Amino acid sequence: MRGGQGAARAPVIQFTNCRILRGGALLREDLWVRGGRILDPEKLFFEERRVADEQRDCGGCILAPGFIDVQINGGFGVDFSQASEDVGSGVALVARRILSHGVTSFCPTLVTSPLEVYHKVLPQIPVKSGGPHGAGVLGVHLEGPFISREKRGAHPEAHLRSFEADAFQDVLATYGGLDNVRIVTLAPELGHSQEVIRALTALGICVSLGHSVADLGTAEEAVQSGATFITHLFNAMLPFHHRDPGIVGLLTSDRLPAGRHIFYGMIADGIHTNPAALRIAHRAHPKGLVLVTDAVPALGLGNGRHTLGQQEVEVDGLTAYVAGTNTLSGSIAPMDTCVRHFLQATGCSVESALEAASLHPAQLLGLEKRKGTLDFGADADFVVLDDSLHVRATYISGELVWQVEEARP
Amino acid sequence: MRRIRWTRRGLLCAGVYIRVLRLRATRAGWGRSGLLGVGCFSCSSVGRASGSTGLNLSWKLCVTIMRLVILDNYDLASEWAAKYICNRIIQFRPGQDRYFTLGLPTGSTPLGCYKKLIEYHKNGDLSFKYVKTFNMDEYVGLPRNHPESYHSYMWNNFFKHIDIDPNNAHILDGNATDLQAECDAFEKKIKEAGGIDLFVGGIGPDGHIAFNEPGSSLVSRTRLKTLAMDTILANAKYFDGDLSKVPTMALTVGVGTVMDAREVMILITGAHKAFALYKAIEEGVNHMWTVSAFQQHPRTIFVCDEDATLELRVKTVKYFKGLMHVHNKLVDPLYSMKEGN
Repeated sequence: MRGGQGAARAPVIQFTNCRILRGGALLREDLWVRGGRILDPEKLFFEERRVADEQRDCGGCILAPGFIDVQINGGFGVDFSQASEDVGSGVALVARRILSHGVTSFCPTLVTSPLEVYHKVLPQIPVKSGGPHGAGVLGVHLEGPFISREKRGAHPEAHLRSFEADAFQDVLATYGGLDNVRIVTLAPELGHSQEVIRALTALGICVSLGHSVADLGTAEEAVQSGATFITHLFNAMLPFHHRDPGIVGLLTSDRLPAGRHIFYGMIADGIHTNPAALRIAHRAHPKGLVLVTDAVPALGLGNGRHTLGQQEVEVDGLTAYVAGTNTLSGSIAPMDTCVRHFLQATGCSVESALEAASLHPAQLLGLEKRKGTLDFGADADFVVLDDSLHVRATYISGELVWQVEEARP
Repeated sequence: MRRIRWTRRGLLCAGVYIRVLRLRATRAGWGRSGLLGVGCFSCSSVGRASGSTGLNLSWKLCVTIMRLVILDNYDLASEWAAKYICNRIIQFRPGQDRYFTLGLPTGSTPLGCYKKLIEYHKNGDLSFKYVKTFNMDEYVGLPRNHPESYHSYMWNNFFKHIDIDPNNAHILDGNATDLQAECDAFEKKIKEAGGIDLFVGGIGPDGHIAFNEPGSSLVSRTRLKTLAMDTILANAKYFDGDLSKVPTMALTVGVGTVMDAREVMILITGAHKAFALYKAIEEGVNHMWTVSAFQQHPRTIFVCDEDATLELRVKTVKYFKGLMHVHNKLVDPLYSMKEGN
């Protein structure tokens, strides 16, 4: 339990001998935690006149805010879009396994599915705090079904939908309710989409543009209506064209609402986006880049052939193919691999790479006071990394929830 | 520990006759002629330790020591000062019932000294567990967590790196509702702690100690002071060069408060402090240059770098440089709590 009256009596833990990511820089500072939150040690010293109850030596490692994955379709054999009786345990399995990738919060993602799936699955994925049981669920990301036929990618054509006259009611009827929903990806060129975007934004749901053939003008209008995210930039949208940049043009558009900028997801697994394209996007708009895995159920299954639902998938290193073919079958790079690859491909600073996986997704979801930072008062969700950004340990609410094997006694 | 012995010819300590020193003390003031440089330095480091009380008292009356310790550069001066403080604390043998009380400064001058003290602590050679600290001053009206408040300075540059008990780190509260009551309470805390064993201070370009600006009473106590223009200008660099952002008032220990300390160490480095040092030790005691009050303190050390001596007479500088081999006995050997002394 975070905060609350008991917090003042909770033990104070001081993580020493580390570099922490704070204010966009890696500082040689200690991290103080109490009651599951980051504590201001100066205030503790001068006002409460207390010192730490426990000190933990971090061996010179980097302490970064826990990674936040806003687009993950499943993993370890679990498919979130499958209407099973016990969706909860599937989500829990993934939540627990991604701790080793440094992910402390995530948005389980559902691809385009029939109504029955939404009605059955959505109520079984409540928002949940993280802990030793697994990463926290921030809410569901609904990718579809209101997307473009032409750019559906791997989404099943039969279940695509467009908005009827009473568009928002149609949305509610399709999903069966928006209680646990955090992000909705839709194509803004669909009729009535602007009013849907406004309605969803008014409910506090993040609207993302993706799987779309929209031109830049339509995309800008969508942003003015409230859209704040682009789903996996470059994939499933019109390619950049110099006379009509399409959705990609939002990165440098001057017609966005004042004081706001667009966020965009990128799959930096080294396979789904050419590193040069990654660099172009990053250089054009570094503050909006959000690293996502867009991982499929084959994530974490190891090399070889696996049966996932109706599909046979062949995993080879970081690539998943439809078995027996050369067709990519979704991404399976864990988040920490994406962070490392992003760092190496763009040549950006370590701080930028870490922020792309933590601060930016938190800002996208309006959670930056509590998540994605190590500022005083934020939730103590953080990851211990060595200099090559490999995860050594993961903490949620100041509690150790995962650590690398050899560290165990 | 050295002993003071009565001999036929007078008090003898480490081969130097105290009587001789006493004569010098009464005859000369500070300044060009007077200095009581040699002798009994190691005795003075005994402090409140054992020895016949009567003898110690008369020793204190007899021997007043002003040392001008001149090091080549800022780093060496900082290191010398830190070593001296380290040795003083360790030789005092602080413990559960006997805390070493230290007065502390802020500003750019003592930063190097603090860094070295932190280094000794991190090496395990020095613990501040039984040390009580009293800072000299704090701005009025600046939030405690403002990056330029002296609370922030002390936390970031010293307290967060060492093992001092937060209850023993005293800094004036510039946001207290009754500022004078806060000052009086501070004086009371010092008294309750048994007085200050060693007060470390700096000097302003206008010769002030703490925020005792020119014209301050030399017997003043802790109080509210309006800052002089010189001080505000000197501090502007910490407030983005914007004079309007610099606080105009501060709570400060008085000259009298620091004079009450059993020993005073003033750190002075840099050419911009040279004139103030000259006024402080080569001219008379003068309330326009409040550091000059320490000419009348029984035990004062001025620790300087070369640049700070630029306005002194060559004769003074040569004399004290010639004494460095004696001064260095105070810091060499450097004691350590590890050895279990």
